[in-house]
This record gives sequence, structure tokens and C-alpha cells, in this order.
Amino acid sequence: MTEMARGMIIIGAGECGGRAALTLRDLGYGGPVTLVGDEPHPPYERPPLSKEAMAGDAPEIKAIASDAMLAEKSIRHIHSVQAVAIDRAAHNVRLSNGSVLPYDKLLLATGSTPRKLPMPGLGARCVYLRTLADALAIRGHLSAGNRIAVIGGGFIGLELAAASRKLGALVTVIEAQPRILMRGVPAEIAEIIHQAHVTEGVDILCGDGIASIADDGRQVRVTLAGGREITADLAIIGIGAVPVTGLAAEAGLAIDNGVAVDTELRSSDPDIFAAGDCCSFPLAVYGGRRVRLEAWRNAQEQGALAAKNMLGAGEAHAAVPWFWSDQYGLTLQIAGLSDEGKSTVRRDLGDGAFILFHLAEDGRLVAASGIGPGNAVARDIRLAEMLIGKQAKPAPEALGSQAVKLKSLLAA
Amino acid sequence: MSDWVEACAADDIDEEDVMRFDHGGRTFAVYRSPDDEYFATDGLCTHEKVHLADGLVMDDVIECPKHNGRFNYKTGAARGAPACVNLKTYPVKVDAGKVLVQIG
Repeated sequence: MTEMARGMIIIGAGECGGRAALTLRDLGYGGPVTLVGDEPHPPYERPPLSKEAMAGDAPEIKAIASDAMLAEKSIRHIHSVQAVAIDRAAHNVRLSNGSVLPYDKLLLATGSTPRKLPMPGLGARCVYLRTLADALAIRGHLSAGNRIAVIGGGFIGLELAAASRKLGALVTVIEAQPRILMRGVPAEIAEIIHQAHVTEGVDILCGDGIASIADDGRQVRVTLAGGREITADLAIIGIGAVPVTGLAAEAGLAIDNGVAVDTELRSSDPDIFAAGDCCSFPLAVYGGRRVRLEAWRNAQEQGALAAKNMLGAGEAHAAVPWFWSDQYGLTLQIAGLSDEGKSTVRRDLGDGAFILFHLAEDGRLVAASGIGPGNAVARDIRLAEMLIGKQAKPAPEALGSQAVKLKSLLAA
Repeated sequence: MSDWVEACAADDIDEEDVMRFDHGGRTFAVYRSPDDEYFATDGLCTHEKVHLADGLVMDDVIECPKHNGRFNYKTGAARGAPACVNLKTYPVKVDAGKVLVQIG
């Protein structure tokens, strides 16, 4: 056991890093486990930050592992620090507080960070959302009558728009693309979400880029290329996220839209793994296509798998991407990547809920996108996910007919 | 206190499926297993209070429709992240084609 005495280090104490640490212990690993995070909190769930945490008076933190649980499992959590360098030859990590930690295996779970709007004129009233601290700062501005400009019609922006409306703020969404949710969401479903926002009183401006921004520290004036001006008390910028790879790049690890890992989540250094938002990996279900996902469940699954493989399991990542969003009373769920599809089949589920099945040219089911009130689409999306994982080629007529249970197609 | 309450007709639930049942301001989930036995648990997921009856039953597992928390509905045992608190279960019997749940 002496050769394993240096222990496991996990950089990044979010969903992925937190799950990895817990999984190491669940699998019976008895050596030192150190979780390094740059936020002051123990690992917490991020999805509520753009959703229900915004609706209440004080956002409530939902811990993945409390300080007490970490202590009980002998997981050392070093918080409020950054990892500044990896010495691969010496197998150690240097932290911003000066300490140097040795490792046997290292996991990079550094996540992603909001893409910055590359524009002059941004100031104190132009903000991004990633952390609980960001969420608290935004929440302070979401009061009745306050004017909120949401820059970017992606999920973070739209969820925050919905939360802002619930609190009575006046919301304008600015999207340079011809429609909202251009990336990964079929137009038919984006249209339902668009209409829901309009019904709730959100002003959505699509197809017009931003010409300039002026922020005097009290309010923001956004001028669009078409000449329109939007004045807001706060501009929330949600134009995507970029993987945090600086530490890995400095250490000379292969980078390819994220830390490049193999099917076992191993980087170009066999003792360093990467998982979650920060890594790109080959997706087996699409013939090894390299992807990077910014999704909660992926962070969770890859964190757990990386922990297994740090202990030598040698297990390949085989999951199908899965994603959800809540806005007003609607839930959207997507399994798989719809851009793999060449044709679609629609299945109506009643109450306005429906699923679009995306089929490849050879008939394989490659993705399913669903939307509806509450959890109306959840069960069928879950079944679709299993069919996608099996690379099944269900008959389009069966997918489109409510009379055929999807579960019956799994057995086929 | 521990009355047997009629939840539904036995035929209302397909095999390997689940149904929501509300009673006295509480909500339950009633299951029919693939081997044709009936079970009942609290109706809301212990992770984020979502109705489990919208979820998928596979063998002896119910999966939450929202975040895929999994439970063994026969024992109530949580089977993986993000669910870590077990579900409460209730005795069930079938009498004259009716599913009865003993709500303690």
C-alpha cells in the first residue's frame, strides 16, 4: 500500500469534483482524498442558481456534500484557493496559498466559466452567472419594476428571464441569432419556449447584434446594430461557457476544446484524469465523436466514473447526453445530440406535450427532444435515452404513435 | 390511524408501472411490479419533492422524472445520486380487485 500513500487530488469542488470525492470513498479507497475548490462553500448544486433559487427571498444552497459529511468521510476540502501549477514529473500540485500537495492520481474537474462578451463599455451593472456569489448578486436586482436586459437567448439567460418575471422585473432578451436556443434545440421546441416568454411579458429581440454598451455603474444602455436602444438596471450576459483549461495547458496536457481525455477520462498523462464541463471526450454512441458537454448529469456521471478509473477500473464512458431546463411551468428534456439526426418524427403526448425523435440516415434513433407542462415528457425521454444507448432503429410509425408504448420498443 | 385506504382498481396500473394517489392532503405512489405484486411509497422524491409517479419503473426501481434519482420501490432504498434519503414505504394488499394502502 505504500506506493498509494500520496493519495488522490481533485481540482474543482463542484458537482463533478464533489461526486468524484464521494465515489472514491464509496468504492472503499482508504488513502488521502483532497478536494481543492476556489469557492468558499462545500460542493453544491448549480442548476437551481438560474431557477428556483432565484425565486425565493434568499437563495438556499443545496449541498452535494456538507462540511460534516466531508469530515465524516475524511475528505479534506481546501476551499477559497486556486491550483496554480501541476508538476507532472514530481506528481504534485501547487496552490495559490503556497502549499504543495503530492498525488498518485489527479482529477481535473475545473468546470467551465461564462464566455465573456468581447466588448468595451462593460461595468458594474454587467454581470455573469456561474457561482452562488454571482446568483446572490443578481438576485439583489430582481425586484418588481427593475429593468433587466438578458444578453443571449440560451438556457441560462432564458431561465433567468423566467425567474426575473416571477419577481416582477421587466425583462428584455437580446439574441443576435435569428431565434433563441439555436444550439441544440429544434426550432419547433424553441418556438414553444419563445411563446411562453412572450405570454409572460418578456420582450425577446432576435436577429440583431449588439453595437455598443455603455454602463455608468447605475444603469446600462445597450445599443443594437439596428439602432434600437435598451436601458436596464442590470445586464445579465449568458452567451455560453468556455472550459477552464489553463492549469492543464500550462502542464502540457493535450487540449482540444477542453482537456482532451480518452473513453476512460484519462488525459494525455496517464495519472491525470479530467471530467465534466472542462473535458472533451469521445462519445461511444456516435462512433467516438469528440464532444464537450456542459450538463449537470454529465458532470455527475463523469465524476463518478473518473473516481472508479483513478482506482484502476478501466471502465469506458458509455452514457447518452441528457439535459433539462425549467421555464415557467414548462420542462424541456433532451436526450442525445439532435444534430446527429437527419429526419424527425413527432409524438404528441397530450396537454400540448410532445417529443421530437431524431433519426440518422440509417434509421438509428440518435436523439429525442421533448417539451411539456411539468414532467409530462420525462418518462418517454428516459426510454428514448435507453433506445439511443442501444443504437436501436425503431420504426418511425411506432415512435409517432401514442398507441405504441415506447417501453415495448426496448425489448425489440 | 392505520386505516386501509382504497387507492385504485388493480387494473388501473399496468405491470411495471406506477400511479399517483392522493389522500388526506398527502401524496403517494402505488406500483405494480413486473411479477404482478403491488407496492406503495411516499409520492415525492426525497431529493426535490417531485412526483415520482411521472417517472419510469424498470424492474424494482422507480426513477425520478426530474433528476433521475433512483429508489427501490419495494424497500424504499435510495439507489444513487442525487437521491440519498430513502423513501417511506407502506403496506399494500389487493382485495376484490381493489388496491388498498395502509397509511400509517
